[in-house]
Amino acid sequence: MFDFIPSFKPFESLCKFLAQYHFWDDFVAFCSSFNGFNEAMIFKMAQATDQTIYMVILSGFWGTVIGLPIGILLYTTRKGQILECYAANGFISLMTNIFRSIPFIILIVWIIPFTTLIMGTFIGKQAAIVPLSIGVSPLIARMIENALLDVPKGLIEAARSMGSTPLQIIFKVLLPESLPIIVNSMTITLITLTGYIAMAGAVGAGGLGQLAIQYGYNGYKPAIMNTVLVILIIIVFIIQFIGNTIVKRVTHH
Amino acid sequence: MIQLQHISKIFEQNNKPIYALKDINLNIPQGQIYGVIGKSGAGKSTLIRCVNLLEKPTSGKVFFDNQDITQLSNHQLIPIRRKISMIFQHFNLLTSRTVFGNIAFPLELNHTPKTMIKQKVNDLIELVGLKDKADAYPANLSGGQKQRVAIARALASDPKVLLCDEATSALDPETTRSILALLKNINQKLGLTILLITHEMDVVKQICDQVAVIHDGELVEQSSVGEMFSHAKTDIARQFIQSTLHLIIPDDYQSRLSHTRQEGLNPLLRLEFTGATVDSPLLSQIAKQFNVDTNIISAQMDYAGGVKFGLMLTEIQGQPENTSSAIQFLRDNHTTVEVLGYV
Repeated sequence: MFDFIPSFKPFESLCKFLAQYHFWDDFVAFCSSFNGFNEAMIFKMAQATDQTIYMVILSGFWGTVIGLPIGILLYTTRKGQILECYAANGFISLMTNIFRSIPFIILIVWIIPFTTLIMGTFIGKQAAIVPLSIGVSPLIARMIENALLDVPKGLIEAARSMGSTPLQIIFKVLLPESLPIIVNSMTITLITLTGYIAMAGAVGAGGLGQLAIQYGYNGYKPAIMNTVLVILIIIVFIIQFIGNTIVKRVTHH
Repeated sequence: MIQLQHISKIFEQNNKPIYALKDINLNIPQGQIYGVIGKSGAGKSTLIRCVNLLEKPTSGKVFFDNQDITQLSNHQLIPIRRKISMIFQHFNLLTSRTVFGNIAFPLELNHTPKTMIKQKVNDLIELVGLKDKADAYPANLSGGQKQRVAIARALASDPKVLLCDEATSALDPETTRSILALLKNINQKLGLTILLITHEMDVVKQICDQVAVIHDGELVEQSSVGEMFSHAKTDIARQFIQSTLHLIIPDDYQSRLSHTRQEGLNPLLRLEFTGATVDSPLLSQIAKQFNVDTNIISAQMDYAGGVKFGLMLTEIQGQPENTSSAIQFLRDNHTTVEVLGYV
C-alpha cells in the first residue's frame, strides 16, 4: 500500500535499452578507463539513481500526507483562527518540535521496530520510506503553517462573512491562496529529503548514498564518489527547476 | 431589517478591559442606506462586525429579519451570513482566482450547479460594469475595479443586507464617487439594505438616508442625513459636517486678521445656513436694513438628504453699531454666525 510505484526503474530500463546498440560498448569502454567503473557498475549506478528518485517521490508523498494536515491544524488551531483550540495547538506544536529535534540518522534506527511492524523489514528502499516520511513530515508541517500565516487575515474574514465552513475556508481559501509559497517550500523540502536519503543509504536503504559510501568511501574509488555527487547535483537542480516552473504557473500576483 | 439592542463589546488587552462598544442601539429599516460615521478607533469596524457576528458582542442582541441571531451556533449562522454580505476597505479578493472565480466563490460555497453559476456570475459582471475583465486576476485590476468585483461577489448570494466596511477609503475621490453611485444604483434596483461605516462625511452626504455618529464606542447622535446637516446636536457631528465643507480663510486675509475690534476694521464672519434660511435673501436684507456692505470671500452650497445647506465667509463693512445689529439680525434668522476676527 505504501509502495504504489514498485516497478519504478526508468534509468535501469534506459541502460538496458541502450545496451542493445553497439555504441554502448564504446561507452562502457570509455567509462572503464576510470578506476572502479565497468558495465556492472554502470547498471548499479542507474539502479541507485532509480532508488533515490523512488524514495524522494514516495517519502515526499507520504511526508506530505502526514505533514499537510498537521500543518493545517497547527495554523487553524492558533489563537484567533477558525478552529482556535489552545490545548490542541500546544500538543501538536510540542510533538512537531520533538520530532524535529531528533537527528535524522538517529530517527532511522530509533523507529526500526515500527518500520519492521508496518513494512515487514527495515532494510531496503521500501523500508526507508517509513523513517523518511516521518522525518520529513514535521518539516513539511511547519512549512505549511508558515505558508498559511502569509494569507492575509482579511481573506479569511471575507470568507467567513460569506458563510464558509471551516473546511471550505481551508480548501478554497487557505490552500489555493498560499499555493505558490507551499510549492516553494515543498521544493526546499524535497531537496532536504534528497540529503536525508543519502544518509539513509549509509544504513542500508540503498540508493546513491549507499553506492557512494560502499564503493566510493569504503572501496576507495573517488571516481564513483564524484559521479554520485554529480548525479545528486543534477537531481537537486531538476527538483528546483520543476519547483520554480510550478511556482511561476500558480502565482498571480 | 437589522436591529442592534444594547450591544456592548469589551476587549481584553494586557488584562485590562477596553470598551470598544457601549450599549449601542440601532435600527436599520429595510431598503435604506444607513451610514455610521466615526473617527478611527471610535469602534465603527467592531460595530459592523457585530452585525454579521464576525465579532461576537459581549452583551446585547442582534436581530436580522426579526430573528435573534446572537443565539445561533456557528453552523446555524452560515445561512444567515449568506444573506448579509460584506465588502471591505482592502477588497479581500482571492488572488488565486480570476474575476469570474471570485464572484463564483460564494455560489460554490452553497453548491450551486455549474451552469447556474456561469449565468449568474456573467449577469453580475455586467451589473458592475466589468464585462471584459472576467478572466483577469485581481493583481491586474485597479482599486475601483477590485471593489466592483467585491461588490459583485457580495451580491452573488442574493443578500438582503450589504455591509460596507470603509469600502471607499482606499480609493481616490473620483473612483469613490463611481463606487458610491454603483451602491446607490444597487440599493434602488434590488431594494438592498445597506449599512456602511466611514470616516468621511462626503460618503454619507452622497448616498445615505440615515446617519449615526459613533464616538468612543457610543452612538452619540442618529437622525436622517438632512436633519443631521441642518440641526446637528453634538460637536462631533458638527465637526464631521464642517469637514465636508472646505472653507478656509485666504492667506492675505489670514495675515491681517486681528482678534480684537479696532477702529477701521470690519468683522469677518463665517455663516452657516441650514434648512429654511438657505433660500432667504438675508444678505441683501441686512444691506438694506442696516446700511452695511457685504463682501463675500467664499461660499459653498450643498445638498444632503434632500436638505440644502450652505457655508459662507464674508466681511461686513459699515459702522460698528450697524454691523453688530446685522450680526444679531442674522442670528435671529437661524443662521449660525461665527465672528472669526476683524480685517
